[in-house]
Amino acid sequence: MKVWKQFSLLLAAVTACIAFGLPTPASAAPKSVILATTTSTQDSGLLDVLIPIFEKESGYFVKTIAVGSGQAMAMGKKGEADVLLVHSPDDEKKFMAEGFGVTRRLVMHNDFIIVGPAGDPAGIRSAKTSADAMKMIAKAGSLFLSRGDNSGTHAKEKKLWKTAGINPDGQKWYQQTGLGMGDTLNVAAEKKGYTLADRGTYLALRKNLGLAILMEGDAKLLNVYHVIELNTAKWPKINAAGGKAFADFMVSRKVQEIIGKFGVEKFGSPLFFPDAGKKPEALGL
Amino acid sequence: MELLADGIAKAVALLASLDQEVLAITLLSLKVSVTATLISLVLGISSGTLLALADFPGKRLMVSIVNTGMGLPPVVVGLFVTIFLWRNGPFGFLEILYTPTAMIIAQAVIATPIVTGITVASIQNLPANLRLQILALGATRLQMVRILIKEARLPLLAGVMAGFGGVISEVGASIMVGGNIKGYTRVLTTATVMETSRGNFDIAIALSIILLLLSFAINYVLTRIQQRERPR
Repeated sequence: MKVWKQFSLLLAAVTACIAFGLPTPASAAPKSVILATTTSTQDSGLLDVLIPIFEKESGYFVKTIAVGSGQAMAMGKKGEADVLLVHSPDDEKKFMAEGFGVTRRLVMHNDFIIVGPAGDPAGIRSAKTSADAMKMIAKAGSLFLSRGDNSGTHAKEKKLWKTAGINPDGQKWYQQTGLGMGDTLNVAAEKKGYTLADRGTYLALRKNLGLAILMEGDAKLLNVYHVIELNTAKWPKINAAGGKAFADFMVSRKVQEIIGKFGVEKFGSPLFFPDAGKKPEALGL
Repeated sequence: MELLADGIAKAVALLASLDQEVLAITLLSLKVSVTATLISLVLGISSGTLLALADFPGKRLMVSIVNTGMGLPPVVVGLFVTIFLWRNGPFGFLEILYTPTAMIIAQAVIATPIVTGITVASIQNLPANLRLQILALGATRLQMVRILIKEARLPLLAGVMAGFGGVISEVGASIMVGGNIKGYTRVLTTATVMETSRGNFDIAIALSIILLLLSFAINYVLTRIQQRERPR
Protein backbone atom coordinates (compact mmCIF):
# COMPACT_ATOMS: atom_id res chain seq x y z
CA MET A 1 0.00 0.00 0.00
CA LYS A 2 2.72 2.40 1.03
CA VAL A 3 4.44 2.14 -2.29
CA TRP A 4 1.31 2.98 -4.20
CA LYS A 5 0.45 5.85 -1.93
CA GLN A 6 3.88 7.37 -2.33
CA PHE A 7 3.85 6.87 -6.03
CA SER A 8 0.42 8.50 -6.35
CA LEU A 9 1.60 11.43 -4.25
CA LEU A 10 4.60 11.82 -6.51
CA LEU A 11 2.37 11.69 -9.57
CA ALA A 12 0.04 14.30 -8.12
CA ALA A 13 2.97 16.57 -7.31
CA VAL A 14 4.44 16.20 -10.78
CA THR A 15 1.08 16.82 -12.44
CA ALA A 16 0.60 19.94 -10.37
CA CYS A 17 4.05 21.18 -11.39
CA ILE A 18 3.27 20.60 -15.01
CA ALA A 19 -0.13 22.24 -14.82
CA PHE A 20 0.91 25.36 -12.96
CA GLY A 21 4.63 25.66 -12.55
CA LEU A 22 6.01 25.72 -16.04
CA PRO A 23 5.61 28.24 -18.81
CA THR A 24 3.31 27.16 -21.61
CA PRO A 25 4.06 29.32 -24.65
CA ALA A 26 1.60 27.31 -26.72
CA SER A 27 -1.60 28.58 -25.16
CA ALA A 28 -0.90 32.28 -25.33
CA ALA A 29 1.14 32.11 -28.53
CA PRO A 30 0.36 34.63 -31.26
CA LYS A 31 -0.17 33.43 -34.81
CA SER A 32 2.85 31.54 -35.96
CA VAL A 33 4.93 31.57 -39.12
CA ILE A 34 6.66 28.37 -40.19
CA LEU A 35 10.03 29.22 -41.69
CA ALA A 36 11.57 26.31 -43.58
CA THR A 37 15.23 27.02 -44.13
CA THR A 38 18.66 25.51 -44.58
CA THR A 39 20.92 24.28 -41.83
CA SER A 40 23.54 26.93 -42.63
CA THR A 41 21.36 29.86 -41.51
CA GLN A 42 20.77 28.13 -38.17
CA ASP A 43 24.19 26.56 -37.63
CA SER A 44 25.95 29.86 -38.30
CA GLY A 45 23.81 31.52 -35.62
CA LEU A 46 22.36 34.18 -37.96
CA LEU A 47 18.74 33.27 -37.27
CA ASP A 48 19.30 33.40 -33.51
CA VAL A 49 20.02 37.10 -34.04
CA LEU A 50 17.29 37.91 -36.58
CA ILE A 51 14.28 35.91 -35.37
CA PRO A 52 13.89 37.60 -31.96
CA ILE A 53 13.91 41.03 -33.67
CA PHE A 54 11.26 39.93 -36.15
CA GLU A 55 9.08 38.40 -33.44
CA LYS A 56 9.26 41.54 -31.37
CA GLU A 57 8.44 43.84 -34.28
CA SER A 58 5.74 41.83 -36.01
CA GLY A 59 4.13 39.96 -33.14
CA TYR A 60 4.37 36.70 -35.08
CA PHE A 61 5.86 33.62 -33.49
CA VAL A 62 8.40 32.01 -35.82
CA LYS A 63 8.77 28.24 -35.99
CA THR A 64 12.14 27.73 -37.61
CA ILE A 65 12.51 24.31 -39.17
CA ALA A 66 16.16 24.02 -40.22
CA VAL A 67 16.53 21.31 -42.83
CA GLY A 68 18.27 21.18 -46.21
CA SER A 69 17.06 23.45 -49.01
CA GLY A 70 15.64 20.41 -50.79
CA GLN A 71 13.50 19.40 -47.84
CA ALA A 72 12.52 23.03 -47.19
CA MET A 73 11.19 23.29 -50.74
CA ALA A 74 9.45 19.93 -50.39
CA MET A 75 7.69 21.34 -47.32
CA GLY A 76 6.74 24.40 -49.37
CA LYS A 77 5.35 22.21 -52.13
CA LYS A 78 3.15 20.41 -49.62
CA GLY A 79 1.96 23.66 -48.07
CA GLU A 80 3.61 22.78 -44.75
CA ALA A 81 5.60 26.01 -44.48
CA ASP A 82 4.73 29.70 -44.74
CA VAL A 83 8.00 31.12 -46.05
CA LEU A 84 11.31 29.69 -47.30
CA LEU A 85 14.86 30.95 -46.91
CA VAL A 86 16.90 28.73 -49.21
CA HIS A 87 20.05 28.59 -51.35
CA SER A 88 19.53 26.23 -54.24
CA PRO A 89 18.93 28.59 -57.22
CA ASP A 90 18.28 26.00 -59.96
CA ASP A 91 15.71 24.15 -57.86
CA GLU A 92 14.20 27.45 -56.73
CA LYS A 93 13.61 28.52 -60.32
CA LYS A 94 11.85 25.23 -60.97
CA PHE A 95 9.83 25.72 -57.77
CA MET A 96 8.71 29.15 -58.94
CA ALA A 97 7.97 27.94 -62.47
CA GLU A 98 5.69 25.27 -61.05
CA GLY A 99 3.74 28.02 -59.30
CA PHE A 100 4.45 27.11 -55.68
CA GLY A 101 5.91 30.50 -54.84
CA VAL A 102 4.61 34.00 -55.44
CA THR A 103 7.72 36.10 -54.93
CA ARG A 104 11.39 35.18 -54.75
CA ARG A 105 13.70 37.87 -53.52
CA LEU A 106 17.48 37.99 -53.21
CA VAL A 107 18.59 38.31 -49.58
CA MET A 108 22.30 37.71 -49.29
CA HIS A 109 25.22 35.67 -50.51
CA ASN A 110 28.43 34.21 -49.36
CA ASP A 111 30.47 31.63 -51.14
CA PHE A 112 31.22 27.96 -51.15
CA ILE A 113 34.72 26.77 -50.49
CA ILE A 114 36.39 23.45 -50.97
CA VAL A 115 38.06 22.45 -47.73
CA GLY A 116 40.29 19.52 -46.91
CA PRO A 117 43.29 18.40 -44.88
CA ALA A 118 46.07 21.01 -44.82
CA GLY A 119 48.40 18.44 -46.40
CA ASP A 120 46.20 18.58 -49.54
CA PRO A 121 46.94 15.07 -50.93
CA ALA A 122 45.27 15.84 -54.29
CA GLY A 123 47.14 19.12 -54.63
CA ILE A 124 44.06 21.21 -55.42
CA ARG A 125 45.67 24.35 -54.05
CA SER A 126 47.23 24.79 -57.45
CA ALA A 127 43.92 24.40 -59.29
CA LYS A 128 42.75 27.41 -61.28
CA THR A 129 39.02 26.67 -61.21
CA SER A 130 36.64 24.67 -59.05
CA ALA A 131 36.14 22.23 -61.94
CA ASP A 132 39.90 21.59 -62.08
CA ALA A 133 39.93 21.01 -58.32
CA MET A 134 37.14 18.44 -58.60
CA LYS A 135 39.02 16.68 -61.43
CA MET A 136 42.19 16.55 -59.35
CA ILE A 137 40.37 15.06 -56.37
CA ALA A 138 38.81 12.40 -58.60
CA LYS A 139 42.13 11.64 -60.31
CA ALA A 140 44.02 11.30 -57.05
CA GLY A 141 41.17 9.22 -55.61
CA SER A 142 41.24 11.30 -52.44
CA LEU A 143 38.32 10.90 -50.06
CA PHE A 144 35.49 13.35 -50.73
CA LEU A 145 32.56 13.71 -48.34
CA SER A 146 29.26 14.67 -49.91
CA ARG A 147 26.22 15.96 -48.02
CA GLY A 148 24.05 13.58 -50.02
CA ASP A 149 20.87 15.16 -48.63
CA ASN A 150 19.46 17.23 -51.53
CA SER A 151 20.44 20.40 -49.72
CA GLY A 152 21.52 23.54 -51.53
CA THR A 153 25.14 22.62 -50.91
CA HIS A 154 24.59 19.13 -52.28
CA ALA A 155 22.92 20.58 -55.39
CA LYS A 156 25.91 22.90 -55.90
CA GLU A 157 28.32 20.00 -55.45
CA LYS A 158 26.50 17.88 -58.03
CA LYS A 159 26.67 20.81 -60.44
CA LEU A 160 30.43 21.13 -59.90
CA TRP A 161 30.96 17.42 -60.65
CA LYS A 162 28.86 17.80 -63.79
CA THR A 163 30.88 20.81 -64.92
CA ALA A 164 34.05 18.80 -64.33
CA GLY A 165 32.60 15.93 -66.37
CA ILE A 166 32.90 13.40 -63.56
CA ASN A 167 30.29 11.02 -62.19
CA PRO A 168 31.41 10.33 -58.61
CA ASP A 169 28.53 7.99 -57.71
CA GLY A 170 29.72 4.58 -56.60
CA GLN A 171 33.40 5.55 -56.55
CA LYS A 172 35.39 4.25 -53.60
CA TRP A 173 36.69 7.70 -52.71
CA TYR A 174 33.22 9.28 -52.71
CA GLN A 175 31.12 9.00 -49.54
CA GLN A 176 27.77 10.54 -48.68
CA THR A 177 27.08 11.49 -45.07
CA GLY A 178 23.39 12.34 -45.41
CA LEU A 179 23.94 14.90 -42.66
CA GLY A 180 23.86 18.68 -42.27
CA MET A 181 26.80 20.96 -43.08
CA GLY A 182 28.19 21.08 -39.57
CA ASP A 183 28.12 17.31 -39.18
CA THR A 184 29.60 16.75 -42.63
CA LEU A 185 32.49 19.11 -41.85
CA ASN A 186 33.10 17.15 -38.65
CA VAL A 187 33.15 13.88 -40.59
CA ALA A 188 35.53 15.35 -43.19
CA ALA A 189 37.84 16.56 -40.43
CA GLU A 190 37.79 13.18 -38.74
CA LYS A 191 38.42 11.21 -41.95
CA LYS A 192 40.82 13.76 -43.43
CA GLY A 193 38.67 14.14 -46.53
CA TYR A 194 37.67 16.96 -48.85
CA THR A 195 34.23 18.52 -48.82
CA LEU A 196 32.29 21.44 -50.23
CA ALA A 197 31.08 23.85 -47.54
CA ASP A 198 29.45 27.23 -47.28
CA ARG A 199 31.87 29.72 -45.82
CA GLY A 200 29.54 30.74 -43.01
CA THR A 201 29.26 27.30 -41.46
CA TYR A 202 32.97 26.63 -42.01
CA LEU A 203 33.99 29.85 -40.24
CA ALA A 204 31.60 29.13 -37.37
CA LEU A 205 33.11 25.68 -36.87
CA ARG A 206 36.70 26.31 -37.86
CA LYS A 207 38.20 26.19 -34.39
CA ASN A 208 37.56 22.47 -33.94
CA LEU A 209 38.09 21.25 -37.48
CA GLY A 210 41.69 21.42 -38.60
CA LEU A 211 40.50 21.69 -42.22
CA ALA A 212 42.01 24.29 -44.54
CA ILE A 213 40.38 26.30 -47.32
CA LEU A 214 41.96 24.88 -50.48
CA MET A 215 39.79 26.38 -53.23
CA GLU A 216 37.90 29.65 -53.13
CA GLY A 217 37.00 32.68 -55.20
CA ASP A 218 35.72 30.91 -58.33
CA ALA A 219 32.54 32.60 -59.65
CA LYS A 220 30.96 29.15 -59.84
CA LEU A 221 31.25 28.87 -56.06
CA LEU A 222 28.83 31.70 -55.32
CA ASN A 223 26.21 30.78 -52.67
CA VAL A 224 23.05 32.85 -52.96
CA TYR A 225 20.13 32.93 -50.53
CA HIS A 226 16.61 33.83 -51.57
CA VAL A 227 13.47 34.30 -49.52
CA ILE A 228 10.35 32.82 -51.13
CA GLU A 229 6.75 33.61 -50.28
CA LEU A 230 4.39 30.74 -50.94
CA ASN A 231 1.30 30.53 -53.07
CA THR A 232 -1.97 30.25 -51.16
CA ALA A 233 -3.72 29.30 -54.40
CA LYS A 234 -2.02 25.90 -54.05
CA TRP A 235 -2.54 25.52 -50.32
CA PRO A 236 -5.10 27.82 -48.67
CA LYS A 237 -3.84 27.11 -45.15
CA ILE A 238 -0.54 28.91 -45.76
CA ASN A 239 -0.10 31.96 -43.54
CA ALA A 240 0.60 34.33 -46.45
CA ALA A 241 0.52 37.52 -44.37
CA GLY A 242 3.05 36.11 -41.94
CA GLY A 243 5.23 34.83 -44.78
CA LYS A 244 5.17 38.22 -46.48
CA ALA A 245 5.99 39.98 -43.21
CA PHE A 246 9.05 37.77 -42.79
CA ALA A 247 10.18 38.15 -46.40
CA ASP A 248 9.80 41.95 -46.22
CA PHE A 249 11.72 41.91 -42.96
CA MET A 250 14.63 39.95 -44.48
CA VAL A 251 15.13 42.48 -47.29
CA SER A 252 14.54 45.56 -45.14
CA ARG A 253 17.42 48.00 -44.83
CA LYS A 254 17.85 47.47 -41.12
CA VAL A 255 18.12 43.69 -41.39
CA GLN A 256 20.43 43.93 -44.38
CA GLU A 257 22.75 46.01 -42.22
CA ILE A 258 22.63 43.45 -39.42
CA ILE A 259 23.41 40.67 -41.91
CA GLY A 260 26.43 42.63 -43.19
CA LYS A 261 27.82 42.98 -39.70
CA PHE A 262 27.00 39.50 -38.45
CA GLY A 263 30.08 37.52 -37.49
CA VAL A 264 32.56 40.38 -37.93
CA GLU A 265 33.21 40.60 -34.23
CA LYS A 266 33.62 36.87 -33.72
CA PHE A 267 35.32 35.75 -36.92
CA GLY A 268 36.98 38.90 -38.18
CA SER A 269 34.96 38.89 -41.40
CA PRO A 270 31.24 38.86 -42.20
CA LEU A 271 29.65 35.46 -42.79
CA PHE A 272 27.08 36.79 -45.27
CA PHE A 273 26.96 39.74 -47.68
CA PRO A 274 23.61 41.58 -47.96
CA ASP A 275 22.20 41.75 -51.48
CA ALA A 276 18.58 42.87 -51.19
CA GLY A 277 17.36 44.82 -54.19
CA LYS A 278 20.30 43.84 -56.38
CA LYS A 279 19.76 42.19 -59.72
CA PRO A 280 21.05 38.61 -59.82
CA GLU A 281 23.25 39.64 -62.75
CA ALA A 282 25.14 42.00 -60.45
CA LEU A 283 26.45 38.92 -58.63
CA GLY A 284 27.45 37.29 -61.88
CA LEU A 285 24.57 34.82 -61.92
CA MET B 1 40.22 14.26 -23.35
CA GLU B 2 40.70 17.98 -23.01
CA LEU B 3 37.34 18.40 -24.71
CA LEU B 4 35.65 16.19 -22.14
CA ALA B 5 37.13 18.25 -19.31
CA ASP B 6 35.95 21.42 -21.06
CA GLY B 7 32.50 19.93 -21.37
CA ILE B 8 32.31 18.98 -17.71
CA ALA B 9 33.54 22.45 -16.71
CA LYS B 10 30.92 23.97 -19.01
CA ALA B 11 28.18 21.81 -17.50
CA VAL B 12 29.13 22.91 -14.01
CA ALA B 13 29.24 26.54 -15.14
CA LEU B 14 25.85 26.32 -16.86
CA LEU B 15 24.29 24.64 -13.83
CA ALA B 16 25.92 26.97 -11.33
CA SER B 17 24.92 30.12 -13.17
CA LEU B 18 21.36 28.80 -13.64
CA ASP B 19 21.55 29.73 -17.32
CA GLN B 20 18.00 30.71 -18.24
CA GLU B 21 17.96 29.02 -21.62
CA VAL B 22 19.44 25.75 -20.36
CA LEU B 23 17.03 25.80 -17.44
CA ALA B 24 14.06 26.29 -19.76
CA ILE B 25 15.29 23.49 -22.04
CA THR B 26 15.69 21.15 -19.08
CA LEU B 27 12.24 21.97 -17.69
CA LEU B 28 10.67 21.44 -21.11
CA SER B 29 12.37 18.04 -21.46
CA LEU B 30 10.99 17.10 -18.08
CA LYS B 31 7.53 18.43 -18.81
CA VAL B 32 7.19 16.69 -22.18
CA SER B 33 8.60 13.35 -21.08
CA VAL B 34 6.80 13.19 -17.73
CA THR B 35 3.46 14.06 -19.32
CA ALA B 36 4.02 11.48 -22.06
CA THR B 37 4.94 8.86 -19.43
CA LEU B 38 1.80 9.64 -17.39
CA ILE B 39 -0.38 9.20 -20.48
CA SER B 40 1.40 5.96 -21.32
CA LEU B 41 0.80 4.70 -17.77
CA VAL B 42 -2.95 5.20 -18.02
CA LEU B 43 -3.12 3.58 -21.45
CA GLY B 44 -0.43 0.95 -20.88
CA ILE B 45 -1.45 -0.37 -17.46
CA SER B 46 -5.13 -0.64 -18.36
CA SER B 47 -4.61 -2.29 -21.72
CA GLY B 48 -1.76 -4.44 -20.39
CA THR B 49 -3.89 -5.75 -17.53
CA LEU B 50 -6.76 -6.44 -19.87
CA LEU B 51 -4.45 -8.25 -22.25
CA ALA B 52 -2.92 -10.32 -19.47
CA LEU B 53 -6.23 -11.38 -17.90
CA ALA B 54 -8.49 -11.81 -20.90
CA ASP B 55 -8.53 -14.97 -22.97
CA PHE B 56 -9.33 -14.56 -26.62
CA PRO B 57 -8.22 -15.96 -29.97
CA GLY B 58 -5.20 -14.12 -31.28
CA LYS B 59 -3.97 -13.18 -27.82
CA ARG B 60 -0.44 -14.42 -28.53
CA LEU B 61 -0.37 -12.37 -31.70
CA MET B 62 -1.50 -9.28 -29.77
CA VAL B 63 1.16 -9.80 -27.09
CA SER B 64 3.80 -10.28 -29.80
CA ILE B 65 2.72 -7.04 -31.44
CA VAL B 66 2.95 -5.21 -28.12
CA ASN B 67 6.36 -6.70 -27.45
CA THR B 68 7.55 -5.58 -30.87
CA GLY B 69 6.17 -2.14 -30.07
CA MET B 70 8.47 -1.99 -27.04
CA GLY B 71 11.27 -1.45 -29.53
CA LEU B 72 9.43 1.02 -31.74
CA PRO B 73 12.04 3.26 -33.39
CA PRO B 74 11.41 6.91 -32.42
CA VAL B 75 12.12 8.17 -35.95
CA VAL B 76 9.40 5.91 -37.33
CA VAL B 77 6.95 7.26 -34.76
CA GLY B 78 8.14 10.78 -35.55
CA LEU B 79 7.59 10.33 -39.27
CA PHE B 80 4.05 8.98 -38.91
CA VAL B 81 3.00 11.51 -36.27
CA THR B 82 4.34 14.29 -38.53
CA ILE B 83 2.36 13.02 -41.52
CA PHE B 84 -0.81 12.81 -39.43
CA LEU B 85 -0.34 16.28 -37.96
CA TRP B 86 0.59 18.12 -41.17
CA ARG B 87 -1.77 21.04 -41.64
CA ASN B 88 -3.01 19.36 -44.80
CA GLY B 89 -3.02 15.93 -43.13
CA PRO B 90 -5.89 14.13 -41.40
CA PHE B 91 -5.36 15.91 -38.05
CA GLY B 92 -4.11 19.18 -39.48
CA PHE B 93 -7.09 21.08 -38.10
CA LEU B 94 -5.61 20.65 -34.62
CA GLU B 95 -2.64 22.84 -35.66
CA ILE B 96 -0.29 21.21 -33.21
CA LEU B 97 2.67 20.20 -35.40
CA TYR B 98 5.91 21.80 -34.12
CA THR B 99 4.49 22.28 -30.62
CA PRO B 100 5.30 20.61 -27.28
CA THR B 101 1.88 18.92 -27.51
CA ALA B 102 2.96 17.10 -30.67
CA MET B 103 6.12 15.94 -28.87
CA ILE B 104 4.03 14.63 -25.97
CA ILE B 105 1.84 12.68 -28.39
CA ALA B 106 4.83 11.15 -30.18
CA GLN B 107 6.56 10.24 -26.91
CA ALA B 108 3.35 8.74 -25.50
CA VAL B 109 3.14 6.56 -28.61
CA ILE B 110 6.71 5.41 -27.94
CA ALA B 111 6.22 4.76 -24.21
CA THR B 112 2.78 3.10 -24.24
CA PRO B 113 3.88 -0.26 -25.73
CA ILE B 114 6.78 -0.37 -23.26
CA VAL B 115 4.44 0.08 -20.29
CA THR B 116 1.85 -2.29 -21.80
CA GLY B 117 4.42 -5.02 -22.43
CA ILE B 118 5.88 -4.83 -18.95
CA THR B 119 2.36 -4.77 -17.44
CA VAL B 120 1.40 -7.93 -19.34
CA ALA B 121 4.55 -9.68 -18.14
CA SER B 122 4.17 -8.56 -14.53
CA ILE B 123 0.51 -9.54 -14.24
CA GLN B 124 1.12 -12.88 -15.92
CA ASN B 125 4.05 -13.49 -13.62
CA LEU B 126 1.79 -13.48 -10.54
CA PRO B 127 1.00 -16.95 -9.10
CA ALA B 128 -1.62 -18.58 -11.30
CA ASN B 129 -4.02 -19.47 -8.52
CA LEU B 130 -3.94 -16.01 -6.94
CA ARG B 131 -6.86 -14.98 -9.13
CA LEU B 132 -8.94 -17.97 -8.03
CA GLN B 133 -8.07 -17.32 -4.42
CA ILE B 134 -9.13 -13.68 -4.58
CA LEU B 135 -12.37 -14.53 -6.33
CA ALA B 136 -13.05 -17.36 -3.88
CA LEU B 137 -12.80 -14.87 -1.02
CA GLY B 138 -15.75 -13.06 -2.54
CA ALA B 139 -14.08 -10.18 -4.38
CA THR B 140 -15.74 -8.63 -7.41
CA ARG B 141 -13.83 -8.72 -10.69
CA LEU B 142 -12.90 -5.06 -10.34
CA GLN B 143 -11.56 -5.63 -6.84
CA MET B 144 -9.57 -8.58 -8.14
CA VAL B 145 -7.95 -6.44 -10.84
CA ARG B 146 -7.02 -3.82 -8.27
CA ILE B 147 -5.42 -6.39 -6.02
CA LEU B 148 -3.51 -7.91 -8.92
CA ILE B 149 -2.11 -4.53 -9.99
CA LYS B 150 -1.15 -3.85 -6.41
CA GLU B 151 0.63 -7.20 -6.18
CA ALA B 152 2.54 -6.48 -9.37
CA ARG B 153 3.63 -3.00 -8.28
CA LEU B 154 7.38 -3.69 -8.20
CA PRO B 155 7.72 -4.77 -11.83
CA LEU B 156 5.17 -2.11 -12.80
CA LEU B 157 7.40 0.59 -11.35
CA ALA B 158 10.20 -0.87 -13.44
CA GLY B 159 7.83 -0.33 -16.37
CA VAL B 160 7.42 3.32 -15.38
CA MET B 161 11.20 3.73 -15.37
CA ALA B 162 11.61 1.96 -18.70
CA GLY B 163 8.91 4.09 -20.30
CA PHE B 164 10.31 7.34 -18.97
CA GLY B 165 13.86 6.31 -19.86
CA GLY B 166 12.73 5.54 -23.39
CA VAL B 167 11.22 8.96 -24.02
CA ILE B 168 13.53 11.33 -22.14
CA SER B 169 16.43 9.92 -24.17
CA GLU B 170 14.84 9.85 -27.63
CA VAL B 171 15.69 12.47 -30.20
CA GLY B 172 14.33 11.24 -33.53
CA ALA B 173 10.65 11.87 -32.87
CA SER B 174 11.17 15.08 -30.91
CA ILE B 175 13.19 16.73 -33.64
CA MET B 176 10.70 15.75 -36.35
CA VAL B 177 7.43 16.70 -34.66
CA GLY B 178 8.86 19.47 -32.49
CA GLY B 179 11.27 21.05 -34.97
CA ASN B 180 13.85 22.01 -32.32
CA ILE B 181 12.47 25.56 -32.13
CA LYS B 182 14.47 27.81 -29.83
CA GLY B 183 12.66 28.62 -26.62
CA TYR B 184 9.64 26.53 -27.60
CA THR B 185 10.28 22.92 -28.56
CA ARG B 186 14.00 22.62 -27.96
CA VAL B 187 14.68 19.85 -25.45
CA LEU B 188 17.94 18.46 -24.08
CA THR B 189 18.36 15.78 -26.75
CA THR B 190 17.56 17.98 -29.77
CA ALA B 191 19.74 20.78 -28.39
CA THR B 192 22.60 18.28 -28.04
CA VAL B 193 22.24 17.25 -31.69
CA MET B 194 22.20 20.88 -32.81
CA GLU B 195 25.16 21.99 -30.72
CA THR B 196 27.14 19.01 -32.00
CA SER B 197 26.46 19.98 -35.61
CA ARG B 198 27.41 23.56 -34.76
CA GLY B 199 30.73 22.26 -33.50
CA ASN B 200 30.05 23.45 -29.94
CA PHE B 201 31.12 20.16 -28.45
CA ASP B 202 31.63 21.58 -24.97
CA ILE B 203 28.01 22.75 -24.76
CA ALA B 204 26.85 19.43 -26.25
CA ILE B 205 28.74 17.52 -23.58
CA ALA B 206 27.35 19.84 -20.90
CA LEU B 207 23.78 19.21 -22.11
CA SER B 208 24.41 15.45 -22.13
CA ILE B 209 25.63 15.58 -18.56
CA ILE B 210 22.54 17.53 -17.51
CA LEU B 211 20.35 14.95 -19.27
CA LEU B 212 22.10 12.09 -17.48
CA LEU B 213 21.79 13.82 -14.11
CA LEU B 214 18.09 14.48 -14.70
CA SER B 215 17.48 10.90 -15.73
CA PHE B 216 19.40 9.64 -12.72
CA ALA B 217 17.49 11.89 -10.30
CA ILE B 218 14.11 10.66 -11.53
CA ASN B 219 15.12 7.02 -11.52
CA TYR B 220 16.64 7.40 -8.07
CA VAL B 221 13.35 8.68 -6.66
CA LEU B 222 11.36 5.93 -8.37
CA THR B 223 13.82 3.27 -7.24
CA ARG B 224 13.64 4.53 -3.65
CA ILE B 225 9.89 4.15 -3.75
CA GLN B 226 10.13 0.75 -5.40
CA GLN B 227 12.70 -0.66 -3.02
CA ARG B 228 11.19 0.65 0.20
CA GLU B 229 8.72 -2.20 0.41
CA ARG B 230 10.49 -5.25 -0.86
CA PRO B 231 8.61 -8.52 -1.02
CA ARG B 232 9.90 -10.76 1.72
